[in-house]
Formats: sequence, C-alpha cells, structure tokens
Amino acid sequence: MLARIGLEPGDVEFYAEQLSGILAHIDRLKELDTDAIPPTAQVVEVANTLREDVPRPGLSQAEALANAPAAVDGFFRVPSIQDEA
Amino acid sequence: MSKTKLTELTIKEAARLLRLRSFSAAELVTAHAEQIERLDHRVKAFLRFTPELWEKQAEEADRRIARGDLGPLVGIPMAVKDVLCVRGVETTAGSRILSGFRPPYTGTAISRLFAAGAVMLGVTNCDEFAMGSSTENSGYHPTHNPWDLDRVPGGSSGGSAAAVAAGEAMIALGTDTGGSIRQPAALCGVVGMKPTYGRVSRYGLIAFASSLDQIGPFTRSVEDTAIVLDAMAGHDPLDATSSTRPNDVLRDFDAGVKGMRLGVPREYYDVEGIEPAVKAAIDTAIKSLRDAGAEIVDVTLPHTDYGLAAYYIIAPAECSSNLARFDGVRYGFCQDGQNITESYERTRRKGFGTEVRRRVMLGTYALSSGYYDAYYLKAQKVRTLIKRDFDAAFERCDAIISATSPTVAFPIGAKTKNPLSMYLCDVLTLGGNLAGLPGISVPCGMTDEVLPVGLQVLAPQWREDVALRVARAYEVASGVKAEVAPLV
Amino acid sequence: MSSAPWEVVIGMEVHVQPTTRSKMFCGCAVGRLGDPPNSNVCEICLGMPGTLPVINKAAVEACLKTALALGCEIPRHTKFDRKNYMYPDLPKGYQISQYDLPMSKNGSLELDGRRVRIRRVHLEEDTGKLIHAGDKLHKAQESFVDLNRAGTPLMEIVSEPDLRSADEARDYAVALRTLLRTIGASEAEMEKGQLRAEPNISIRRTGSEELGVKTELKNINSFRALHRAILYEVVRQTELLESGGTVLQETRGWSEAEGRTFSQRSKEFAEDYRYFPEPDLPPLEIDRAWVEELGAALPELPGARRGRLTSEYSLPAADAVLIAADRDLADLFEAAVAAGADAKQVANWIIGEVAPAGKIPTAEHLADLVKLVTSGSITRDQGREVLMESVESGRSPSDIVTEHGYAQVSDEASLLAVVEAVMEANPRAVEDYRAGKKQALGALMADLKKRAPQANPKVSSELLLRLLG
Repeated sequence: MLARIGLEPGDVEFYAEQLSGILAHIDRLKELDTDAIPPTAQVVEVANTLREDVPRPGLSQAEALANAPAAVDGFFRVPSIQDEA
Repeated sequence: MSKTKLTELTIKEAARLLRLRSFSAAELVTAHAEQIERLDHRVKAFLRFTPELWEKQAEEADRRIARGDLGPLVGIPMAVKDVLCVRGVETTAGSRILSGFRPPYTGTAISRLFAAGAVMLGVTNCDEFAMGSSTENSGYHPTHNPWDLDRVPGGSSGGSAAAVAAGEAMIALGTDTGGSIRQPAALCGVVGMKPTYGRVSRYGLIAFASSLDQIGPFTRSVEDTAIVLDAMAGHDPLDATSSTRPNDVLRDFDAGVKGMRLGVPREYYDVEGIEPAVKAAIDTAIKSLRDAGAEIVDVTLPHTDYGLAAYYIIAPAECSSNLARFDGVRYGFCQDGQNITESYERTRRKGFGTEVRRRVMLGTYALSSGYYDAYYLKAQKVRTLIKRDFDAAFERCDAIISATSPTVAFPIGAKTKNPLSMYLCDVLTLGGNLAGLPGISVPCGMTDEVLPVGLQVLAPQWREDVALRVARAYEVASGVKAEVAPLV
Repeated sequence: MSSAPWEVVIGMEVHVQPTTRSKMFCGCAVGRLGDPPNSNVCEICLGMPGTLPVINKAAVEACLKTALALGCEIPRHTKFDRKNYMYPDLPKGYQISQYDLPMSKNGSLELDGRRVRIRRVHLEEDTGKLIHAGDKLHKAQESFVDLNRAGTPLMEIVSEPDLRSADEARDYAVALRTLLRTIGASEAEMEKGQLRAEPNISIRRTGSEELGVKTELKNINSFRALHRAILYEVVRQTELLESGGTVLQETRGWSEAEGRTFSQRSKEFAEDYRYFPEPDLPPLEIDRAWVEELGAALPELPGARRGRLTSEYSLPAADAVLIAADRDLADLFEAAVAAGADAKQVANWIIGEVAPAGKIPTAEHLADLVKLVTSGSITRDQGREVLMESVESGRSPSDIVTEHGYAQVSDEASLLAVVEAVMEANPRAVEDYRAGKKQALGALMADLKKRAPQANPKVSSELLLRLLG
C-alpha cells in the first residue's frame, strides 16, 4: 500500500465503505466538461521566487538529532532496509 | 478593575489601559492564567501551557511599556493552535505521531507577533493535522463549546475559537484550509479571519494542504482582527508563495458600507442543510447592512455544488504527500518493526487517527497513476471554474455575504459516524480557500437556544481591507459584539 | 531466431552537482566530504514539519548554462514537481524534482563527429546517505542515516539511447565532464560524487528497430568502472538471451570489488511516484533576456575549441583534444602563441610538462621559455628546471636564465676544449666508435654533458663527430 499506513484485516472494509461514499460524491465532477479549462495549481500571482546563493547557519548536530527516536553516533538509526536480493 | 473584566477586554481596550498603567502586562496574563485554571478543565481548549514563556514575555512587555512603546500588541495574551511551530514548545498538530516534538525554530508569523510583544499562553487543541470541522478528530480529546459544553466548538481550530470565546485568551491563532478558522468562529461567537492565500507566511505551519492553508487570528472584535493581521502579514523570503504586496489591511476601515454593493449568492443562501435559525439570523444581518446604506445584490456562484468534491480531492491529495514525512525516523512517535517498511506502517497506523488515515488513502488514490487525470487534474480544473465564478460575481459586487456555517454548533458525536455529513460543514467556506480569497466571520446573533451564528464576508483576492470594512460596518450598525461566554 | 550480431544500446543518465555555495532549497552550505554526520543540516533539509523550500538562483543559472552549452531548448515556463516515495534517505517522503515541464530539452553533445541527443536537463535535490551495518545492503540488520547531503542541488542530464559501446559511453561521460568544467557549471569529479553516471543498457539484434529490455546500473564511481560495468553487463545480457532466458527490467548495482553487477530493485514493480506540481513553489518564467545573457557569457565550448586548435594552429588532433579538454590550458596555449612562441612547441610543453605538473605559468613566461629553448639558448632539461622555478617564484624565464648563467654555450670555439677533454678522458669509447660501434657516442655525450651542462647538445655532438672522424 503506497500510503504506508499499515492496513490491518478489518480496516479495509471499514474504510472501503466510507471512502466509497465519499468517492461517489466526488464522482459528481464527471458532470462538468472541463476539456478546455486550464488547471489552477496555484492561486498566487507570484512567480520566479528565487533565493540568492548565500549560506545561512543551520542546526548543530545535537539540535538536528534532539527529536530523534533513535540516534546513534550522530546518525538517525533505522531498522533493516530490505532491497530484494 | 476586576479580574473578570480583564479577560473580557478587546486588544484595543487592553492596550489603552496598559498604557495608562491601570494594570501591568504581568497582571493581564495572570488574569488569563486564572481564567484558564477556572474553566479549561471543562472547555479543554488547551493541550499544553507555556508558563516560562509567558512570564518572560510579560516581563519584557512591561519593560517596553515603561519605555513608552506604543505597539498595539505589547503584553497581549495569545494562544497558538497546535500546528504552529514555536521553538522549544511541544507542537504536535493534534496528533499522537508528533508527541514530544519540539521544533528547533519558530514560524515567521508567530515570530512577528512575538516581536510585536504578544505573550504566549499555550497551545490549543485542534482536529488532527487540521483535518476536521469539530475538533473531535484531535488525537488527544475533544474541545467543548463554551456556549454549550455538550456541543462542538467547530474545527479544525476549535481550541483557539473556544479559548477566545471563554475569555481564556485575547488572541488565538488558527489556520484555515477549508473553513477551519471561519466555521469555529461562527460556532463560538467570535471573530475569525482567513487572509488571502499568500498574505501571511506559512513558514512554521505544519502543512495540511499546501495550496489552501493560511494562518489567521481569532479575536473578539473586527478591529482586533485587523491589528493582528497587520502585524503578521507580509512577504517572507522563507515562503516562496508569500506575496510582496504591501499590507494595506486597515485602509478605509471605518468608511462604512454606504454605497457598497454586497452580493448574496443564491447557492449559499439556499444551501442544502441550512438551519432555519441560521437563515433568520442572516436575514437580520442583511437588513442591518441594507439599513446602513449597502446595496444588496443577487449574485450566482454556479459551481458551488462541485466545490466540496474538488476540495475533497485536492486537500487529501496534497496532505497525503505532506504527511509522508511522518515516518518515525527523525522526530515524533516511532513503533519499531523488523524492517523499515514494517516500521513505517506500524508507526503510521498507531500514530495517525482514523480521519487522517482516511484522507491519506483518498489522497494517495487521487494521485495514483491512472487516476490522476480523472481526479486531481480534474479537481484543479474545477477549481479554475470556481475561481472564475467568484471573479464574475465580484464584477457585480464589492464583497459577498452569507452564513459562515449552515448549522449552529452540533452535539459532540452527532456527525462522527458519517464523514460526509461532517464535510458538509464547510460548504460555505471552502470556496474561499479554493479561490484564495480573504474571508471573515463575525458574530451576527444568537439562536433561541443561545447558540452563536456567524456572518461571513468574502472579498476579492488581496482585498482584506474590504472584508474588514464590511465586517466592521456590520458590527457598528448591528451592535452585535462578540461576548465572552457566561461560564461560571 | 535471428543470428544477426548483437547491438548494444546505451542511454546515459548523469547526475551532476552544480557548483553552488548553498543547497537547492535551503540556506545550508553545501557539505564537504568528511563532515560529521547530520552537522550540515537545517530544519528545511531535515524535512521538519512546517518548513518550506525556496529555489537557489545559482542552481538555476548553472542548469541554464549547461542546457545552453548542450544546445537545448529552454521553455518559457518551467516548474517543479513532487516525486513521492518513502525511504529513510528522503526526509520529506518526496523529492522535489521536475517532471513534465523540465528546465530544458532536446539538445545534443558532439562525440567524435557523432551527435548524441540529449533528451532533457533538469534540476532536483539530492537525497541523504545511508550506511548499512555489516557490508552488504541486503544483510544489514539496521542502517544509519546522514542527511548532510540531503537537499544538495543536482542537475540530471538524460541522453537518448544513442550510444553503442562501453567506449562511447565512457567518452560521452568524459566529454560531458569537460563541458561542465569548461563552462564552470560543476567541478564534476566522479570520485567526489559530483558526477554520477547511470547507464541504461540493453541489447538487440543489429538491424532491429525495437529496443530490448534495459537494465539501469548504479554505484559506478569512476570512468574506468563505467567502462568495466558496461562490458560486464553486456556479456551478462548476451549470455542470458543466447541461452534462452529473458532480461529483467531492473536496477543493478555494480560491485567494483567483485567485478560484477547484482540485482537491486526490480523496476517492474517500480513505485508509482504520483507526480504532481509542487504547491510550495510557484512556476518559473524563464526570462529570455536572462537566457541570452547567460548564453553570450558562455566561454568557447570544447568541441569548437578543438576544431579551432586544429584549423587555426595546425595542431595534430590528439594534441588539440588534450589541450581543449582544459579551459585554462587552452587559454594558456593561445596566449603563449599570441606572444610569439611556436605553436607546436608550446603544445608540447603544455602536454609534456605543464599539465602533468599541474602548475600553470603565465602565457608570457611560457612563451619566453619556449623561445629560449627553440633558439638553443638553453637545453630542454634546463628548460624544465627554469619552468618550475618560474612558476614557483613568478620570475620570468629570461631573468632566471641570466641569474643562473644557464645560457647554453653554442659557439664551437668554446666547446672545442670540452670536446677534446672528453675524447682524451674516454679513449676506449673513442676507439669503439671508430671501430664501428656507433652507440659509443652515447657514453661520450653523457660525459660531455656532465662536464659542461650548458653545452648545446646539437653543436657539441656535431663537433665531436667531426673530431672522431
């Protein structure tokens, strides 16, 4: 499941019913002819916001790791990452 | 001046009295702390408190006042929604997945308010990741409406609205993605405003839907709102979507509505599910405005019906991406697993509540290959249509008025079984988010059951000044003021 | 089954780190190798909640320059998109990249007279680094994340599958590197991770129009490794197909130690990245005037320079390639020739001495030196010493030669004494030479050189030969 939210047995039915109701409502959009309409990805008028290439101070290692559930020797620790053999 | 009165003042009044040394900033914040102590175990507007901060800030405020600082926000007690990062203060977005998270930085809007002298009381409750219309989705506990503790305060910024309505804070900050400031303001009888998208920096706001989110204030008067907005707004180099337009929110503030055209969209006026008491209150409000000299015109927003569908594709889609960072690796809650995938899934299953998981699933689906065109792209096109509706309407009027919410505050638990019924709370507000417009909700009376009703004013993009002007004129003409709820 | 010979088809994806001072979307300084882990980060590149990206102008400039140097089209509008997937080295759970409106497309790179088409050049941010407990990824019990590199700008240069051999692929990567260094867009050192080459390799029967199933190779850290890896993979695919198997579309890692590729992630079950426009970054409108300004400011590109070196200066192709590969050397060459030195000699000195030493003299000094040697004032060996001293001290070769009294002795009268002395001191060698062993001359010349280092070798050897009869 791409969302990686850990569905367990029973979850699927629970969500499926509610989601299907929502999706049915969302399907209303099919009624509209939007072929000639451009999408609005952003309502802001701004464009070309660029930052000058000037370094600014960041966090210390301690600050960076302060919230980490598992930090080891300055690294964030994670369990095994299995790429298929 | 009795302590009760201190917590019923507006910012404007408090600032004047602080100058006059009627009381100190320290006394003002203490009065609020005592109010909180008296009431919050019942209202539950707050999640946590920041006494070290408020003591330090109140002291500094008193020093500034002694030096003759005339800033309107110096010493004013403020509550902050749990989605706004303050350095060193536990900020959790109303979610268990962020419990214990202390940001190493403070967001821009709040930094500006701190610089202006505001004093932080604590962090207010909200629906988890700002997803909801009742604050019942909070990962911690629901908040209770100060006007009727068995009812919801609205959401997602329910804690902030309730805090101001209960006299626990003079300012509370909220965020509005589909109506999450305006709707709770209406349900709690306070003033709440969403600025134009891009007016206030989002740096420091834990993102829900990036193209819709905005930070805004809750207060007990339109003038107070204008003061806070003026202090917060303006370009931020850390937010590429923030505008460089100058702040002119206070322009023509007291000019009144004489000669202005106020549009009443028939689709909003007759929206499905609007309660008779709400409709009646709006009719009275329209009359007040007409008597004050405004011309009331009929306008139409033909695609209103499709707004909910477009919103419930765009917002979940963006949030599904924004919430991918909550993986238990660098911050927050972590439930370990045998491998990384298991860890991700266990962490997120346990850490995220039902509504969040629902929207993440919906959003992932809407963006997935094969469905992108039919859902996300389609919704963005419908968004264009909705924006065009407003553009056309604004050719016939200067501002749009309507009810903020189709209903008054509903009982806790009444809508939790059916998500769609909850989503319908936002039908009158989410159009403003889709089109990026500024909108304000002002109290416009009580129902027979003494439940507040809110009047919404929507203005064209960048015309906060118009929305504030109309709201102010209404406040003056009707005599309806935001009151502190009579909780004993 | 066709028995036409196999044809190798290669497309290259090259990730290049442009030269910038700060990261792509935040103000962190670009890290150095050897920084302690997670010491060069901020709340933005750590992907903390509430943070927002802002585009680095210098990265955009570097990308536009690269695109221009590759002859790409640069559109009016370009935007960034989110590429969504969860992985521990990707802090936000998505990478900000470019999908359907990249910064440039449809260019080409000239390679030995052939054109390799460039599909696109776009900008994105780099991920962090993972270190695995134990040696091998698939055996690691746990891993460790360092986010110093996360958020570093990257230019992705994608070619069409126009390359037909490991040699071509390597030459392409080298040429790309030269180009990037010439225009100053990147240092492009593979060993520093500033240039990463990922070949996409497939094979098909010659004459077929269809493409075979391709694999993508990763973890290649040098041009040599690129070459080896491609050769290996081609053999692997060939054997697989010839034995009746099928090639799986997948990512394969190259192991330098084992000299083979191994499967990493099957691309068939590739993630759906759910691309959508990055809502936190408004689109960029690339101003035409800016593009023209950048294009006009581009230095002469290596291909054009090579051409000019052969045509204008009559340099042999091999020399032109070597000199044009380095902008500084090429500039030095032209300036030294302009100062009056002989082109071929200057080229020899640059290729033989200057480039290997890595220290660059001024053009005037190089010209001066070359003239001193060609006129016979000093020997070649002396010239080497003088060159080194000139570069160290900054003094002109003429001055150095005068100071040291290095001037070569070329007049016969002075040399006569030395030559006679040499012949007297080496009777054996003299006899051997006269008896027909011409190689004995070498011993005599060696002695002469020892006794009189300033002796002009040409003049003294002629004299010696005359006296030897």
